[in-house]
Amino acid sequence: MMTTAQRKERIDRPIKAVTDDIFCVSSFREISYLIFPRVIPIIGLVLISIFVPLYWKKVMIITFMMAIMALSWDFLASCGLVSLGHALFFALGAYSSGALNHYFGFPVYLSIPLGTLSGAFLSTICLYPALRLRGIYFSMVTLITPLMLLRVVEATKIMGGTEGITALSPLPALPYTTTLAMLALWVAFFGLRRFINSDYGLIFNALKDNDRAVEASGLNIVWFKVQAVFIGSGIAAFCGAFMAHYYMSVGMSAFALDLSVFPIASSIVGGVGTLAGPLLGTLILSPLSEALRAFGTFRIVIYAALLGTFIAVLPEGLFHYLARKYHQIERWVEVSVGISGD
Amino acid sequence: MIVYGFINSVILALMALGFSLTFGISRVANFAHGGFYILGGILTWFFLMKVGLSYPIAAISAVLIVGIIGALMYRVLLIRLRGLELSEVITTFAVGIVILELLRSIGFMGFDYRIPIFIDGSIEIFGQYVGLQRVIIVIAGGFLLIALYLFVHYTKIGLAFRGVAQEDHTALSVGINPDKISLLSLFAGSVICALAAILILPLGSISIDEGYDVLIKALAVCIIGGLESSLGVIVASFIIGYIEVVTAMYISSSLTMVTTLGAMLLILLIKPSGIFGKSKDIEERV
Repeated sequence: MMTTAQRKERIDRPIKAVTDDIFCVSSFREISYLIFPRVIPIIGLVLISIFVPLYWKKVMIITFMMAIMALSWDFLASCGLVSLGHALFFALGAYSSGALNHYFGFPVYLSIPLGTLSGAFLSTICLYPALRLRGIYFSMVTLITPLMLLRVVEATKIMGGTEGITALSPLPALPYTTTLAMLALWVAFFGLRRFINSDYGLIFNALKDNDRAVEASGLNIVWFKVQAVFIGSGIAAFCGAFMAHYYMSVGMSAFALDLSVFPIASSIVGGVGTLAGPLLGTLILSPLSEALRAFGTFRIVIYAALLGTFIAVLPEGLFHYLARKYHQIERWVEVSVGISGD
Repeated sequence: MIVYGFINSVILALMALGFSLTFGISRVANFAHGGFYILGGILTWFFLMKVGLSYPIAAISAVLIVGIIGALMYRVLLIRLRGLELSEVITTFAVGIVILELLRSIGFMGFDYRIPIFIDGSIEIFGQYVGLQRVIIVIAGGFLLIALYLFVHYTKIGLAFRGVAQEDHTALSVGINPDKISLLSLFAGSVICALAAILILPLGSISIDEGYDVLIKALAVCIIGGLESSLGVIVASFIIGYIEVVTAMYISSSLTMVTTLGAMLLILLIKPSGIFGKSKDIEERV
């Protein structure tokens, strides 16, 4: 009963094996093998944001902010806290910096940082009751909290009600704003990566893999989750605060569902748990969604459909897929299947 | 107030029942619930007004189509992701958004889209005039609950449902296919969801945003009641139903969402698994 079948075999490229250790610095080919995938995105983004026409420069700013949102989603997801309502963080950041600027007259360079902090603080308070839940139960609460808060704003007419707060101070001229947004993106990206790989960050990763083990090690998981939510929501609240000043107004659209769906979609398309994946996903999805602006609300259908397709067909995401192609060779080999005669 | 609170509670229970049934059996949190609800309403409207079928036939075909879509969602998408709970949630969420926003962009908006009520008229209960449609909702809701109870306790498929809900590996070892049962449970949940839509939607016009509201309400009811307990769903819908009516009557009708959110967060703080939730793995700390 022996038959042969084909199986895909994956082997690391020789250059990958060589560059894994310190001797990689001995040849330019190996150095460039390591450096190209890391440097090209950074230089590419700088060049793109300098040389594209004005309209697309504005798109780039939105792209950078959405990339930061996606990074924040990915960070929370890698702590086991999958949020289906990232709009909550965005809106709280946007509203608090808007309120600080409009009602208390703080200048932009104070209202954005303070708005970020108070947005993160308020988000953490809003989600605190849910932090003792795990997995999808947490996701359910994050899904309904922004939708309900939206009703609260609508009903009680606080923060300008349905009209929102307008006439906020503008950000500096466009080149500075673009640079600022890009800097924020790289700070968030490298900061989070460094944080997650540190000893302290490992605890956050462990919350996802086995929270009981974390608890058994004598660590208070709720306290660590509070910190994770504070960091994650602070990053998203910064986007809210920044965008509020960029648009010079903040309204109920800050709670909009696309702001919750977009980070999820770009993380899933790009690859969850890598930080580089969500970045890649946003760089694909955000210009795509600009190009589809004519479709109006139909765009969200496209995101959601992409989301569903990717999660079912390529659950690892584009980044993992590309990284595998970069590092490994694949070939089909014959293998024998079934019970051998011996 | 008592009468309206009662009716409101039954409406909430109907909205949450399909969600809780699916979740209780197959552990799939069907976030496409709101989408199925609106889809059920719109299909009924379509068959009734555009195709010109009679009311019962239109309702039955809409219910069956929604049920089949639910089952297809399991067969095509979810079956690849069994066990990855969060991927399941994101997938059903995406499916729900696709349904709702697709309907929105096709242009199902405004007051034209309404299903006629079954019987016009009103009767007097405890000195209150109540529209007959609401009475029908209560009666049908009670009937549905009893039918569901009998179904899961006294039929073979119902027993298989409970078996899979309790321990799917053991169910597998006595010859029940958990995948098949999960498929059926999504079918049943979607059917109940569409039935609820057909019962409730004649009270107003069909609006897409109500899809999100239904999902929020179903989730709130399930979280307060405890996710896999049918009794919890009923009790929680009575709690929220009366909270809503009391808020609307004494404070302001626009604040009902606020008090519901407050009640939910309070319950979560006190007892994270919900009032009747027994499941230990919801909570991290036992």
